[in-house]
Amino acid sequence: MRPQITYSSPTDRRLTALVRHLADDPFSASLQMDSQNTISPSPTAAFNGDSVFANVVQAPEDPILGVTVAYNKDPSPVKLNLGVGAYRTEEGKPLVLNVVSRAEQMLVNDQSRVKEYLPITGLADFNKLSAKLIFGADSPAIQDNRVATVQCLSGTGSLRVGAEFLARHYHQRTIYIPLPTWGNHPKVLTIAGLSVKYYRYYDPATRGLNFQGLLEDLGSAPSGAIVLLHACAHNPTGVDPTLEQWDQIKQLMRSKGLLPFFDSAYQGFASGSLDADAQPVRLFVADGGECLAAQSYAKNMGLYGERVGALSFVCRTADVASRVESQLKLVIRPMYSNPPLHGASIVATILKDRDMFHEWTIELKAMADRIISMRQQLFDALQSRGTPGDWSHIIKQIGMFTFTGLNTEQVVFMTKEYHIYMTSDGRISMAGLNSKKVPHLADAIHEAVTRIV
Amino acid sequence: MRRFLGRRWMSASAVGWWDNVGLAPKDPLLSVTEAFIADANPNNINLGVGAFRDDEGKPLVLQCVRDAEARIAGAEYLESISRQGTLKLVEESVKLAYGENSDVVKEGSFAGVQAISGTGACRLFAEFQRRFQPESRIYLPVPTWSNHHNIWRDAQVPQRTFQYYNLASKGLHFSALMDDVKNAPNHSFFLLHPCAHNPTGIDPTEEQWREISYLFKVKNHFPFFDMAYQGFASGDLEKDAQAIRIFLDDGHLIGCAQSFSKTMGLYGQRVGCLSVLCVDKNQATAVKSQLQQIARAMYGNPPAHGALLVSTILGDPGLKSLWVKEAKVMSDRIMKMRAALRDNLERLGSAFNWEHITNQVGMFCYSGLNPEQIDRLGNEFHIYMPNDGRISMAGVTTGNVDYLANAIHEVTKSG
Repeated sequence: MRPQITYSSPTDRRLTALVRHLADDPFSASLQMDSQNTISPSPTAAFNGDSVFANVVQAPEDPILGVTVAYNKDPSPVKLNLGVGAYRTEEGKPLVLNVVSRAEQMLVNDQSRVKEYLPITGLADFNKLSAKLIFGADSPAIQDNRVATVQCLSGTGSLRVGAEFLARHYHQRTIYIPLPTWGNHPKVLTIAGLSVKYYRYYDPATRGLNFQGLLEDLGSAPSGAIVLLHACAHNPTGVDPTLEQWDQIKQLMRSKGLLPFFDSAYQGFASGSLDADAQPVRLFVADGGECLAAQSYAKNMGLYGERVGALSFVCRTADVASRVESQLKLVIRPMYSNPPLHGASIVATILKDRDMFHEWTIELKAMADRIISMRQQLFDALQSRGTPGDWSHIIKQIGMFTFTGLNTEQVVFMTKEYHIYMTSDGRISMAGLNSKKVPHLADAIHEAVTRIV
Repeated sequence: MRRFLGRRWMSASAVGWWDNVGLAPKDPLLSVTEAFIADANPNNINLGVGAFRDDEGKPLVLQCVRDAEARIAGAEYLESISRQGTLKLVEESVKLAYGENSDVVKEGSFAGVQAISGTGACRLFAEFQRRFQPESRIYLPVPTWSNHHNIWRDAQVPQRTFQYYNLASKGLHFSALMDDVKNAPNHSFFLLHPCAHNPTGIDPTEEQWREISYLFKVKNHFPFFDMAYQGFASGDLEKDAQAIRIFLDDGHLIGCAQSFSKTMGLYGQRVGCLSVLCVDKNQATAVKSQLQQIARAMYGNPPAHGALLVSTILGDPGLKSLWVKEAKVMSDRIMKMRAALRDNLERLGSAFNWEHITNQVGMFCYSGLNPEQIDRLGNEFHIYMPNDGRISMAGVTTGNVDYLANAIHEVTKSG
């Protein structure tokens, strides 16, 4: 069960030893055993040996993770996993950024570092730097101390804490989310106590933005309703409004007093530029208005497993910001007391050091560029095959995902005949693609589209 | 760069969203540390801190942790590694709690998930309880860690309390506890501290645990254990889990929250485990899937680094035995400080009975000091503790124990 990575440094030898240690463990193998192993209740079992949770049924599997499960089972040598929401290199491997390894090594080598509890709101440096990253170092909101930022567990955790706060303190419980959106959005928001409605977003006919529908739906939302906005690289469609369209959205939202809640999971990953990708958010802050922003460092720093994120409230005044922060603590403390130290320390180390920050922007741009290149290659390959249809959305859409426009039958066909795995809505992860596999994918799309309509 | 003046927009907008948001009360335990930090006096002592300190009053990173950290550096960002790390953490955690050779562990008849330390484990369980036993309530001991009340409240599970601490004896109010357990409706959910009760430091004896377990069987109650101090009570990991083992022997299908914050000094890493015992593996799979769903809507996956640290330490015989040694050193220091403090107070000729200082176990001592005395300790002697009189023995050192004893003697001798 070794990863197919070849390294040669002491770290790598430790790494392979670690993998061996985890993989050879008989217990983890036995977890995949069939479920035939039941135990007979012991003679001293409580009441009739039954559990108070006997009524609990198996939860449905997460559809996106199910794709990877199916992919893993497939023995075909030409199989391709385009369901994965994590970045892969040209060799199809997960990537640890050099600057992240460096930062981590610095932390490990620093013997004076301790592992004490972070404050409830998290690492202060990290919070300040995160706010600067998204709102801009010269943001008037930051300079006026009107921003309350708390460290949370990646984007999911930031959304949940923000939504819980809103459910408690905001006068409107309805949140509008785009159709479609990330599968976990409605679950997180609903559990937090908000009531979810949809606004039109994706236009299947153009494979682009249904701008008219968006404006109509937000226009008919009740005053004060919350609106979830993907800051850039909309997941799953890859369709983003232009800056002009963002401006119109902002004007409409301000005129109706709608509260913007940004989900920023791909800053720097979409265009390759951190500032460009933050423009929509900054647009909303520039007019002095209030908003929320959830940030994730999962993709843009490759810190998926460390759960690093931040939630910011841009408020009217500094006094309000400090009261909001005090109430956020009351949401967080009974949830997990305080956030994890490791990932945030790495991010703070990188963000506060000019050289490391610069190095990060270069690595980030390289990731974004590779994805953009994959888009171009796939588009060109379909053009050269004369595949029927307009495939320009592949290069117009932005970020990790492309909403191909393939229907469920076509997707099933591609999985069965070409061993290409994607979610049934036709979403492919460009991050999972590499140059060698482009022809295979193009062939598959071509055949799917010509044989199945 | 042109800047929009905030005012122009604000006057045209709706009322500010958060004008109604009041300033939240500060967390009682954290404000102790804040007061301590604000005090520049060289004699200041922080007895609020729930984290271990060495004899110089400094935070401690265990050597086994440093070794493990060097080993795993660079590894955890690979998703396959972090997934396996989580599995391994759960596997090692339940061995610690239930015993390596327990049937539960051997047969895998438990649902185990990594959680965000003890808080996260309790919260996951509370949410699960609300979802699948919506009519149930949770019974919390009086007193208990203050955040327990917040957790079950935010999970919207109604709370009741059961008697635990006996103010008069500064010990366990066993008969009242048993009465409350008996009088609760059948099938009630109870939160129990298996060792080193926080904040009182008072644990039932083995015999008392057996009686409690028996009564729980009669009443068909659900026992939920919050184990945050395994190893800190007696210094012996197995002994500290005894209450849980007793319940297991009696066939209870318990729930258990485990924290590695104190046990391994991994406070900021947020490593914990929630396990729920089930009738069989099928049920365990179902329960686990539901727990994962709850976690997914809260924070997605748990953080990888801490889990990898713990699983590396517990999975390597050399590191594990180093950890056991280091854990014992920590608990020995605390016991030594208890003895020293009591000793000093007795030698000062204090009229009060300070036996409870050494009778109580774990990190905390429920001193019995009243709010006026606590205030004086803060104002006159620069000694800080929460106003329930809970002293963290971890904040006591050979360097300050005399000063502390003197101060306590001063504020108690007139009362």
